[in-house]
Amino acid sequence: MELVYMTAHELHRMLSAREISAEELCRAALDRIEKLDGRLGAFITVTGDLALDQARAVDRRIASGEEIPPLAGIPVAVKDVICTEGIPTTCGSRILSGFVPPYSATVIEKILARGMVMVGKTNMDEFAMGSSTENSGFFPASNPWDTDRVPGGSSGGSAVAVAAGQAVVALGSDTGGSIRQPASMCGVVGMKPTYGAVSRYGLVAYASSLDQIGPISRDVADCALVLNAISGHDPLDSTSAPGDRPDYTGFLNREIKGIKIGVPGEYMGEGIDPGVREVIGGALKVLSSLGAEIEEVSLPHSKYAIPAYYLIATAEASSNLARYDGVSYGYRVEDPKDVVDMYSRTRSRGFGTEVKRRIMLGTYALSAGYYDAYYLKALKVRTLIKQDFDRAFEKFDVLICPASPTTAFRKGEKMDDPLQMYLSDITTISVNLAGIPGISVPAGFSGGLPVGMQIMGRPFAEGTLLQVAHAFERSTDHHKKFPEL
Amino acid sequence: MITIAEVEHVALLSRLDLSDEEKRMYAEQLGAILEYAGMLDELDTGNIPPTAHVLPLNNVFREDREGEHLPLEKAMQNAPDREGNFFKVPRIV
Repeated sequence: MELVYMTAHELHRMLSAREISAEELCRAALDRIEKLDGRLGAFITVTGDLALDQARAVDRRIASGEEIPPLAGIPVAVKDVICTEGIPTTCGSRILSGFVPPYSATVIEKILARGMVMVGKTNMDEFAMGSSTENSGFFPASNPWDTDRVPGGSSGGSAVAVAAGQAVVALGSDTGGSIRQPASMCGVVGMKPTYGAVSRYGLVAYASSLDQIGPISRDVADCALVLNAISGHDPLDSTSAPGDRPDYTGFLNREIKGIKIGVPGEYMGEGIDPGVREVIGGALKVLSSLGAEIEEVSLPHSKYAIPAYYLIATAEASSNLARYDGVSYGYRVEDPKDVVDMYSRTRSRGFGTEVKRRIMLGTYALSAGYYDAYYLKALKVRTLIKQDFDRAFEKFDVLICPASPTTAFRKGEKMDDPLQMYLSDITTISVNLAGIPGISVPAGFSGGLPVGMQIMGRPFAEGTLLQVAHAFERSTDHHKKFPEL
Repeated sequence: MITIAEVEHVALLSRLDLSDEEKRMYAEQLGAILEYAGMLDELDTGNIPPTAHVLPLNNVFREDREGEHLPLEKAMQNAPDREGNFFKVPRIV
């Protein structure tokens, strides 16, 4: 098999056995970026020289006889919403073009301390607002399975990089499905950990009560390895959950006999493409054959998740994005008349259409006279959605549904109708509102395009998700199919 | 549907300078989204407390002690305009 399609755990063995060098591996990823990215648009910034330096440093450690840690020398791509000291970080926005962070996010410190090799910063919907990576302020990304289609979003670049062998693993961020939905559409594994499991320090904020960083990888074992690397309490993030995290690889290779799986009827009916439903139905049969007990369950407030999310997330965004004012960093218009003119014209030219739409919606929902009717109401509905999950998890260990209601859609198809675009997150969004973990794993194909199965669990039950996902993966070979490029 | 005047008011609060075409587009689209959000009114939430945050965390404290902070030069490195150690902006009054 081609080097670029191997997994981190396979490559670790080869690096340790000196069958390949970290430099060779890094060059293979960089060549793949060079060769394909004109078509795929996965990267905003490629950090080739830095990556080669990092790779050579790992090779020196191996040469000196050191036993390297599991992810050392593994090429990683990082969503361009995560701050990297000395390396441009744009959030896919013109308003941050030229911005070079003076510090790195905690997750970056963690992956670099483990010897990972960062090959670049990936394309995304501007400020993580979108479901197709078409809202990038620079250029759209393309799905490697069919380049006329979107890769999903907002972490589209990270999912494409992993699916196309431009990186072995990647980091994304997920506020309403932005890791799981593109992972589903690109045929890779993507996890949104529990809110607070991974530090948000240095993650540029979109909706602070919902945002979470997570791994994208080609198999479940790699997901566990990256989660081990990035999770943990961080005193620099006051919303970081205290306490130790388990070794997530300890949940791999376990049986799932007797595990109770609930299938929410609301996420298997109307609005879900029949081809997607069929693939998920087949996946449930596999899990059943492994001894899992499967039953239908109801999450009665599911249909209210999209409207609640788009009021809460945009309200938080309207506040978070007030910082882009042209004063201390980022773009500023030429020759402003006065300071208000500077703010208004800087923001109008720097932000794209969807970002402005969400700032407007959030400002409206928070404005005098509408706060109770929209924002406060949405926060109360959030409680009801969370209670639905609490009740379901009294009976079930995990819940399973599609990670996206459709396979990858055509570029341009939903760009003129924001509400239709918002509905493409219908099965992922309630997970963020409830703060629970969710993972998408490749479950099969419909019309030649990948379908992801979403597994959701109790807060901090990432281990159980990995256990079920890994049992499924060991019985199937969907994760070993690669796009022809 | 929300009115152009409402869009202009929200744009001012948001410090956005919108073209006439943008105003018309956002009036229509925000109207449609808010109408959709009106479905939340089907739910009686009279006795339901709001959830602003999912973790049971309150007031995270740390010790008050000296530490390293971002050096001034690094904090200023992205300034669009500066004078000495100040961010420079157009006149305010």
